[in-house]
Parts: sequence; C-alpha cells; structure tokens
Amino acid sequence: MKKTDAVIIGAGPVGLFAVFELGIMGLNAHVIDNLDKVGGQCIELYPDKPIYDIPALPECTGESLTKNLLKQIKPFNTEFHLNQRVESLEKKDHNWIVTTSDQEKFETPNVIIAAGVGSFEPRKPPIKNIEKFEKTNLYYAVKDKNKFKDQIVCIFGGGDSALDWTVELSKIAKKVILIHRRDDFRAAQHTVGLARDLEKEGKVEILTCYQPLDFKGDESIKTVEVKHDDGQQKNIEVDSVLAFFGLKMELGPIAHWGLDLEAKSLKVNTENFETNEKGIFAIGDICAYPGKLKLILSGFHEGALCAQECFKRAKPDEKYVFRFTTSSSDIQKRLGVK
Amino acid sequence: MPKVTYIEFNGKQHEVNVENGLSIMEGAVQNGVPGIDADCGGACACATCHVYVKEEWLDKLPEQGDSEKDMLDFAFETKKNSRLSCQLILEDKHDGIIVNLPEKQG
Repeated sequence: MKKTDAVIIGAGPVGLFAVFELGIMGLNAHVIDNLDKVGGQCIELYPDKPIYDIPALPECTGESLTKNLLKQIKPFNTEFHLNQRVESLEKKDHNWIVTTSDQEKFETPNVIIAAGVGSFEPRKPPIKNIEKFEKTNLYYAVKDKNKFKDQIVCIFGGGDSALDWTVELSKIAKKVILIHRRDDFRAAQHTVGLARDLEKEGKVEILTCYQPLDFKGDESIKTVEVKHDDGQQKNIEVDSVLAFFGLKMELGPIAHWGLDLEAKSLKVNTENFETNEKGIFAIGDICAYPGKLKLILSGFHEGALCAQECFKRAKPDEKYVFRFTTSSSDIQKRLGVK
Repeated sequence: MPKVTYIEFNGKQHEVNVENGLSIMEGAVQNGVPGIDADCGGACACATCHVYVKEEWLDKLPEQGDSEKDMLDFAFETKKNSRLSCQLILEDKHDGIIVNLPEKQG
C-alpha cells in the first residue's frame, strides 16, 4: 500500500497539470493511466494535429504539449503507473483506498479523476459472444509472441499493430493470415511492403475487402468466417486470432463508484471540482457543471482550483497561504530553481 | 438551412434544420440526436460519428480523405455508404439529406 497526497486517474494534459498545481504546494501525487504512455487523447488520438487555443502557445501539437507538460512537472519526480486501470475506490476513514487492475493499492485523502471520456479499451469485432474466446485464443495485444509458434494465426486490421505482427509472427508461426476491410493499409508503407514480399514467399496470406462475420468454436475459435465486399463467404481454420481494431474510450468502472453522473460525465461543484463524495474530484473533459467547455485550458483551471481543496484534506493542520510562482521562494525551491 | 434526417438504428427519425457550414455530426450533437458520440470532437481522430448516407446523396458529398478512410477502419460494421459525419459539411445542396445511424459507435 502506497500512501500519497493524491492519486490522479488519467495522464492526459489535465492530469499532468494537476501534478504541477499539487507539486508547487508541496503535495505529491501518483498518476495512473490505462494506456502504455503518458499524454492521453493528445497522444493516442491526435499527436500530430495542431492545437491553437492553449494560452500563450499560438500553435502546438498533442505531442509537443505533452512533452512540455512533462518538462514542467519534472521537478516533482512523479510516479506513473501505466497499462493499468483503477478498478475500485473504497472509503477508509478520512481516506480512499485505490486499487488498480494490477492490484496496486494506494491510500490517499484525494482522488482526482482526469479521465477524459474514460479509459482506452481495445475495440472488439462485432461478433456475438466474443467474450468467451478472450479467455482462450482471441487476443487484442501480443504479450508473449512465443505462444504463436507453429500456429496458424489470423490477424485482423490494417494499421501498424496488424502489419508489424504479421511480419514478426511470420518468422515463428506456421502461417499468418492477414485480413483487412479494404485494399489500402494505413500502416507504414515499408511494413506493408515487407508483408507483401512475405505473401509472395507463401509465408503470409493477405485477404483484403473482407470483414469478420463469425468466430466458430466451443471454448476456443476453430474457424473464422469472413465475408468479401461482393458477398462471397469464406471459412478459415485457425489456431489463434489477433484483432487490431484500434482503441475506443469507455467510462468503465468509474460509472460504478457511486458518483453523481450527468450523461457520461461526473457532476462537480465549480468551487473546488469535488464530486458528491468528499475527496473525489473530477477535472477536464470528464466533469460536468453549468457552462462546462471541453477545452484543455478549462481543465488546467479546474486542476488549479481542485488542488487547493486537496491541500486542505492532505494537510488539515497546516494553514495554506496562496503564493505566486514569481515571488514565492518555497515554490521556487520545489521547482528546483532556487 | 439544409434539413437533415437522422434515422436511429431503432427506426426513430429526427428531422433537424442545420446551419450551412456545420457538419452532420455537429447538427446531431447540438440538437441532441442520440447515436452519434463524436468522442474526439470532430478532429477525424476517432470513428464515433459513423453514419450510413442514403445512397442517392453519396455523390453530392465531398470525397473521403485519407484520414477518414483510415478512421473508418475502426467503425462498427462499415458498408459502402459509410461516412464519418464530422467530415460532411452541409451546404444548401444537401437540403433533404438522410443518414442512418449504426447499431453502435465503436
């Protein structure tokens, strides 16, 4: 069990700036995110797309914004816990016990939910009862490639994951069958070229303009049924299936924590962005209040205000005095500039 | 102001007058038409504003750009008339356009 002043759920720009606001007041934080990297939507959805409405930054990208925020919070040596999702929040006296999908536990007076539209989860193909195969031979990511040795592996998708694994697994699998819904692949053209070469060598079979229709088998998938755009159907015998249909955002366990919801957002007050539970805050796109705008800059403001309340809860015996970064020697010490 | 008809998967119809220059996605979101999520807010960076455009309207719409084609890979049950509605900017010539919404987004 780790004790900390605050746990921040979500490592997007708003979660990162909350680290800063807490940090300059002398509060430490742990950040948890379901993605394998920091940056949230800015990195996962639009790393290269321009953003024009960050104050004093006439133009930046999701990637450069994330990099700069990481630079800004560097003095605080924040611990990030990636690839895991917060599964539960339980009350313990004045504090909350936060448990993640990797069974990491934190005890904290403050939980800041900065989870955007929710956590990124693998998008599943539209097949009925698909969940039962997830326990056996259907995968949305490769954790141990040796599992696929000498197997017939069926890979769905047209992006980098699908093409990279087609090339990589062709080295150890008996056969790799790549299936995509159209002729063009959005993966790096170099990798597409490699896959096409492997197709000529007979190591890889590429089926385009096909979409999955059904997965057949009792506990594990034995046959994949696919349909061509022209209506023709095909059955393919497989040992494993890898589906790379990208990620989607889901509110996930947050919906079950007893917090007041408005559509898919969490209701907060605009004084300190606390939800209906003491010590649980929501900032950024996930919070709802009259006049809410889903802007990054609004999330920064929300983080600054919620940090004030976090201080009171983390250090109830200390008097908090508001100070500016320009003139406070305490803040400058924390930032390592003095 | 072009009139857009959104037909939900369950058959429920919504007729909405949408200002020129707005997208079919914005017309839905601003008028509370359910079934279009638009998680990324119109950046053509997700696939949660997927619609099926009634065939006779397809050639009146701008062609699919590469990013739309790429993102449509992520949409649920795409068909030949699948489009991402954030990329469909309305003009007078689209008055009367009809779009069907998929069973679910993403």
